[in-house]
Amino acid sequence: MVLEVSEEDMSWFKRNKEGITTSTKEKKETPEGLWQKCSNCKTLFTVEDLVKNNWVCDRCSNHERIGSEQYFKILFDEGKYTELNEKLTSGDPLNFEDTKKYIDRVKATQKATGLTDAIRTVVGKLDGHDFVVAAMDFSFIGGSLGSVMGEKIARAIDEAIKIKAPFMIVSKSGGARMMEAGFSLMQMAKVSGKLGQLAEAKLPYISFLTDPTTGGVTASFAMLGDLNIAEPEALIAFAGPRVVRETIGRDLPDGFQTSEFVLEHGFLDYIVDRTNLKETLGKSLKFFRK
Amino acid sequence: MAIYLDFEEPIKALEEQIEQTKEIGVNTNIDMNDKVQELESKLVETTKSIFANLTPWQRVQMSRHPDRPYTLAYIDAVSNGTFQELHGDRSVKDDKAMVGGFGLLDGRSVMFIGQQKGINTKMRQYRNFGMPNPEGYRKALRLMKLAEKFNKPIVTFIDTPGAFPGLEAEERGQGEAIARNIYEMMRLKVPVICIIIGEGASGGALGIGVGDKVVMLENTWYSVISPESCSSILWRSWDFKEKAAEALKLTSTDMKALKLVDDVIKEPINGAHRAQTEIFETVKNSIKKYLEELDQIEPSKRINERIEKFSSMGVWK
Repeated sequence: MVLEVSEEDMSWFKRNKEGITTSTKEKKETPEGLWQKCSNCKTLFTVEDLVKNNWVCDRCSNHERIGSEQYFKILFDEGKYTELNEKLTSGDPLNFEDTKKYIDRVKATQKATGLTDAIRTVVGKLDGHDFVVAAMDFSFIGGSLGSVMGEKIARAIDEAIKIKAPFMIVSKSGGARMMEAGFSLMQMAKVSGKLGQLAEAKLPYISFLTDPTTGGVTASFAMLGDLNIAEPEALIAFAGPRVVRETIGRDLPDGFQTSEFVLEHGFLDYIVDRTNLKETLGKSLKFFRK
Repeated sequence: MAIYLDFEEPIKALEEQIEQTKEIGVNTNIDMNDKVQELESKLVETTKSIFANLTPWQRVQMSRHPDRPYTLAYIDAVSNGTFQELHGDRSVKDDKAMVGGFGLLDGRSVMFIGQQKGINTKMRQYRNFGMPNPEGYRKALRLMKLAEKFNKPIVTFIDTPGAFPGLEAEERGQGEAIARNIYEMMRLKVPVICIIIGEGASGGALGIGVGDKVVMLENTWYSVISPESCSSILWRSWDFKEKAAEALKLTSTDMKALKLVDDVIKEPINGAHRAQTEIFETVKNSIKKYLEELDQIEPSKRINERIEKFSSMGVWK
């Protein structure tokens, strides 16, 4: 169901915050009659319709930013999966404090999002075959890469090797988590080392880049897939657009650092619309099996 | 003319005083030896007390000291002038911010690679301030693969404020280039030693920083972000760099204590730049010591231990 409304005459639908702010847990059961505007063209949809369309706008094809839960529901047969190491949470190795204590920031974010950290790792079935997937939640400190993410991915890779299943990381991250400093940096090396072991076991690794994938995540495992695939119009970058603009001192060309741009420059295998994600991915995985 | 940092000013003052006193002695024929000796022992005391208590931010300043030796100076000294530079990534160009090539370490071929900063304004631009483009990382990988093919050990010197965040760098896949290096370095069959000789900024450093031995010179820093950028992002102001430097635990002592690097190489009391011959000798001996140790290990075991080492990094509950 689609309704067209202008911002002015329907002010009681006004969103104060962009994107999805409801926690993943609360979103599991979608009550009927809820509405959400496309964050791009502002077309109004029922949440039910958005879910049916994998959170892609029917009108402008905008891909709403979604979390791990939604990706798992889209990917796995009957939306069923088992979570691995879900209890793992951050230590505070550096006793880090900026304007806020890191440990308080983590606790507050956990409370607000219902998540334990910025990534969830699960095992389920895609087209009847085992599949291990790690998916990030941008709502958790910008999907940042810290010790927990590194360790969860490492253990998920161990699981993939154990059950001889392909492995995928859904990246959605601003990069390394500053509050774990050196530890965060070394997670880039840690995960890359584990991916080497996955390669030794001849198991495919799919890197799925979604909006946004930047910084240390781009400079490590997100670019190391046997297949690198992305959602349309996602920001994919090493240095973010603001930093690049400041470095070169002029405006950036249209479409700079979008999935389409990165595909054109040779760093992606293909771009996949989220509405075709499961089918396309299923086809790719089949080639590794046959 | 030597350059002095703000906290080095008392040293500068004493050194000038010593010079003046000596001059007076020469000019007036008065025996000033006692006075000179007194000043010199005072200089030693002052130097010791200043450098014993450097703050993390002062260490960062030391790591960027304009008189500090850069990669090529180390390579030249360690290889006793035998270094032969090899250029280009075989695809796009030759990146001047990354240098590499073979040299002899007491008669043994070693592949030396590192980021290179410029020694004056003109050269700083030529070297892009030690910030490599993707071609630099790809050249480094090409040379590492060359070394692996002929079973020669690899030594990298890390000194970069970061990988270059430019438009072309993005177009040509800066992220992919660094990622590829990290991945491949983890699996190199030859011994790999990485030495942070100045600035170890994030992915730009790690792109040549995965090794069996990752060690820091005493007055260097290594972290996920520079204190300035950290300040600007987390405090939303450039004014908290000292605080950020503390919070990031980026000094050699902290990084060693956190087991994120394997070793710290002590510098001469007032820094690598004030006694270059000494630091070159120390670095050379360290490389030899590490190589001796690594030569004893089977390649496959060495690789496993390398992966294990990085896999064990991280703190969680």
